[in-house]
Amino acid sequence: MSNSTKLVPTPGQTVGPFYGYALPYEKDRELLAPGSAGSIRLQGTVYDGAGHPIPDAILEIWQPDAEGNIVHRTGSLVRDGYTFTGFGRSSVGNSGVYTFTTVNPGPTEPGAAPFISVVIFARGLMNRLFTRVYLPENEEALAKDPLLSSLDPERRRTLIARRDADGGLTWDIRLQGEGETVFLDFEGTGTGGATK
Amino acid sequence: MPEDVNLATYNADALTEDLSDAVPATPAAAPTDVPAAAQRVETQQDLSAEIKALGDAYANVLKDGAAPETQPRLDFAPYRSSILRHPTKSLHHADPETIELYSPAFGHQDVHALESDLTIQHNGEPQGERIIVAGRVLDGDGRPVAGQLVEIWQANSSGRYIHKRDQHPAPLDPNFTGVGRCITGPDGSYRFTTIKPGAYPWKNHLNAWRPAHIHFSLFGQEFTQRIVTQMYFPGDQLFPLDPIYQSIVDQDARDRLVANYDHDLTQPEWALGYNWDIVLTGSKRTWTENEALGAEGDDHE
Repeated sequence: MSNSTKLVPTPGQTVGPFYGYALPYEKDRELLAPGSAGSIRLQGTVYDGAGHPIPDAILEIWQPDAEGNIVHRTGSLVRDGYTFTGFGRSSVGNSGVYTFTTVNPGPTEPGAAPFISVVIFARGLMNRLFTRVYLPENEEALAKDPLLSSLDPERRRTLIARRDADGGLTWDIRLQGEGETVFLDFEGTGTGGATK
Repeated sequence: MPEDVNLATYNADALTEDLSDAVPATPAAAPTDVPAAAQRVETQQDLSAEIKALGDAYANVLKDGAAPETQPRLDFAPYRSSILRHPTKSLHHADPETIELYSPAFGHQDVHALESDLTIQHNGEPQGERIIVAGRVLDGDGRPVAGQLVEIWQANSSGRYIHKRDQHPAPLDPNFTGVGRCITGPDGSYRFTTIKPGAYPWKNHLNAWRPAHIHFSLFGQEFTQRIVTQMYFPGDQLFPLDPIYQSIVDQDARDRLVANYDHDLTQPEWALGYNWDIVLTGSKRTWTENEALGAEGDDHE
């Protein structure tokens, strides 16, 4: 179809509070079985501008496998326990904590900094927010990363997870205020962003 | 302290939407250190005045040549729950890379064909007005988004969600859960049979009611096209009063969330039809024709 057909995107709206009986599904946060070879825990807390955990947010992650391959496999909603599809969904609990069982993403190109793509929904959040979480290792790759290198050091830190003693990753999200997570606008329109 | 106490919004018992655990059960239990003025119950008139002021300011900048806003404002104070939950820094422009240029694949192993009919999930017929909601999912270039997951959820015909924390004293319907899924066809089409949801009260302010709506969750061919939104019904009297709908300050953009009544979709002696097309953001990846056939790697791979 010709490029002259440009349609205006449908506006987003808040996910509201009652997705809890609709979006969650069995093993939604288990991209692979907990305890299986290579599995790690990715966890964190979602905070509001007052520093309080949000009890009604939901996160999705989308990532390459441990070798850096972008997978094209179905079976995210009906998991067979073996197929890694790269997609996961976790609602936070009452304490604002989300948890995924996944693998360390591999670099999609040699020397690239591996990251997991994240989208956040919450009651009170008018539209989804995109962000990324990077692995803390390989300073050289992190320094070369186009997104990270475009951020000042304080903001850059919000996108890099902490490696836990058990080999897992901890990464908190702050929707507002001190240490506010960097959220991404892929369209460059600025619409929906902070206004005044 | 829970946000809605901090912000002195209306805390009446037994209304929906406020999920803060520590919110007092009754207004009488409100903390005594909140200034008296902040304890005043905010009315629809108060909120409507705020909404109008923001709308008037937008109309002025539009008149001065500003580009129309096509998405809701993340910072829209009349929706009280948004006050502490919107980023204060501008979203950082980024070019999508690697994983962001692809989407999760969904196939018929993920979704059963019967999941698109919300009226057959139980032993009997749900109460209310049976409707068909159908349309197409397109990308910004007008191309069909094929083989992708569409999820919906909604209140029942009396305006109550089956969610355990929805305490609106309207009847639950034992024959209606209000959850559906489907995978878009090769032409981007989706179709649900359901029940028209009712309007319901919530706690944003005194006498706050949400217009009837169905929540939609959509994926595109790229992860950056992911969106959750709400479909509304034409002619709803609650539109001007609702801070969530009004967080989209541009009328043309708001109209994109309202379905069209479609008599050709209406089925004789069965169900009324509503048509609603959804447009995702533009595509950044070089797109191949075979993607119109649906997700690769389905059951038949």
